[in-house]
Amino acid sequence: MKHIFMAALAVSVFAVPLWADEVRPDTSGWFENPAKLDQRGGEDIYRAVCAACHMPDGKGAQGAGMYPALAGNHNLEFADYPTHVVLNGLRAMPALGGQLDDAQIAEVVNYIRTSFGNSYVEDPATSDLVAASR
Amino acid sequence: MTFNAQGMSRRSLLSMIGTVAGSAVMYSAMTEMGLAQSSNWAGRPELRGAPKGTRILVLGAGLAGMTAAFELRNAGYEVKVLEYREKAGGRCWTLRGGDTYTELGGFEQKVEFEDGNYLNPGPWRIPSDHFAVLDYAKRFGVELEPFIQVNYNAYVHNTEAFEGKPQRFKEIDADFRGGVSELLAKVADQGKLDGLVSAEDAKILVSALKRYGALDENAAYVTGEDSSSHRGWSKAEGGGADGEPIPSEPHDLSTILNSDLWKSLTGGLHLHMQTTMFQPKGGMDMIAQGFEKQIKDLITYNAKVVKIRNTDDGVDVTWVPSDGAGAAVVESADYCICTIPFSVLGQIDHDFSARMSHIISTMPYASSTKVGLEFKRRFWEQDEHIYGGISYTNLPISQISYPSTGYFSDGPAVLLAAYSWGAYSYQFNALPPSERVAKALEYGAQIHPQYTEEFKTGVGVGWHRVPWTLGCFGLWNDREADYMEATKMDGRTLMAGEHISYLPAWQEGAILSALDAIKRLHATIIEN
Repeated sequence: MKHIFMAALAVSVFAVPLWADEVRPDTSGWFENPAKLDQRGGEDIYRAVCAACHMPDGKGAQGAGMYPALAGNHNLEFADYPTHVVLNGLRAMPALGGQLDDAQIAEVVNYIRTSFGNSYVEDPATSDLVAASR
Repeated sequence: MTFNAQGMSRRSLLSMIGTVAGSAVMYSAMTEMGLAQSSNWAGRPELRGAPKGTRILVLGAGLAGMTAAFELRNAGYEVKVLEYREKAGGRCWTLRGGDTYTELGGFEQKVEFEDGNYLNPGPWRIPSDHFAVLDYAKRFGVELEPFIQVNYNAYVHNTEAFEGKPQRFKEIDADFRGGVSELLAKVADQGKLDGLVSAEDAKILVSALKRYGALDENAAYVTGEDSSSHRGWSKAEGGGADGEPIPSEPHDLSTILNSDLWKSLTGGLHLHMQTTMFQPKGGMDMIAQGFEKQIKDLITYNAKVVKIRNTDDGVDVTWVPSDGAGAAVVESADYCICTIPFSVLGQIDHDFSARMSHIISTMPYASSTKVGLEFKRRFWEQDEHIYGGISYTNLPISQISYPSTGYFSDGPAVLLAAYSWGAYSYQFNALPPSERVAKALEYGAQIHPQYTEEFKTGVGVGWHRVPWTLGCFGLWNDREADYMEATKMDGRTLMAGEHISYLPAWQEGAILSALDAIKRLHATIIEN
């Protein structure tokens, strides 16, 4: 799939206006696999997947229903809970266990536990924890 | 052909019924014989004897909610509808020039399409066997036009095949069919199907495959008149002195198999994608507007439901203004039809049974993305002779659909430039809207290089960011165990919507579930 991406780069200079306060995200490594999410590293995974609903700033969103904020979210105190949610989904949230592997899930869980003002650094998630939760 | 016990063929029996008894009886006979099966649409409901003053509250003014409201009022019930948005339709929704759409997170898009151009972010085509939608469209005077699903002159495209060059659908389709037919004809001819088919059937099979696969008289799929009459000529047939065509050269079966392009050939074979399909003129929400005109006086807009309580003899539903400014209001009714998507309902303070609560809170909503791009001219028509239909690609945009209307016009036109699901869709949805548009442009330019020159404006809708659904459609975790339970009256409430149907994500499913719910509700009320 590498050369899809190279081909995309070759034509990536389009005059598309950016709306105010939008940051053009770095999407290298995105869109390379129709069945899996290929990003590595907690922050990259978060920006490419989780940010759709929990928003780039981790503050969630409110409409007819809502997406919970991850910033200041006490459910993130222990790694088990977010690990379970990412693996299996929760309410409207689809399960992501099929598209992310154990290491990716551990990384993104640790990212949300230590970002957006959160500082749950103790007992980080590990691939083993994720594997055991599957 | 199937023969009946009397030795009369089904066809001749039907023909006799048609002659003697007329077409209506013939239709009914055909239905019984399984030839003209429909959904469980049973025609317009005729609910009679509604007890005077019985109040029914409908939650949600999408197609399910509006169907319920329309029919229940016709039956004599006192109906009210609560709707979160400022207008009706739910996922039956169209974006036009001048519209502003703000998704979750506050990302706002101003749609700058020319007059008459639009994107249907949700449903966009109506199968001809979706009788309920078609009937309401007719009843409400919504004008329909053909929607082109299959276009043999559109492209199939794979970045890893044919050096990434898009191929015409008809070439790949003909070559796949030709190659498979030739192979099977050879096997049959060599007697290798002995024991599987009779010698006589094998002979017929070879004749059938010659026709089906455009094989020559030797049952070979080779360069020549037969194959070119399906896949197209190298030099097309013409008139006069220069009229003689030159056949094209088919790709061999191995090339087709390894191209993966065979995956893109079967979309139009699916029961609900078969020709003929329809779309409303001017955008899918003409259907919603048709309903809304009938029942506008019943709808309270900008009403966000925050609490649902069963009482001893009814239902109390609390709502607040959707913008958060204003006091809470309690609506009391004798019964409730709830069409709020489970993605949202699961977050509302309710007292449904433990069983129903479990079902509501275990239904994830699918991820999907659509991007509409407007171009200065119809280069797909003018340069490439593509009139409606869909090109398929393994790129993240998944497909490009060309407008099924306004052919040969000069002005700008809108393509459905991305329609993605799954992993690709998650990533599209995580992007700011302008970047969804930019990505659709980058990828689509690999199929249509004219994109770069001709682009005008675009809009991108990620369904997980749609404030009133939080996703595209409901996915059952365990439909076998839960579906029937979800259809049961819970306290005084019945659920309806596409999620309570075996036609998920289709408007027909939403309407049929509402019709089923109100019929059962009416029967319950009459019995009491």
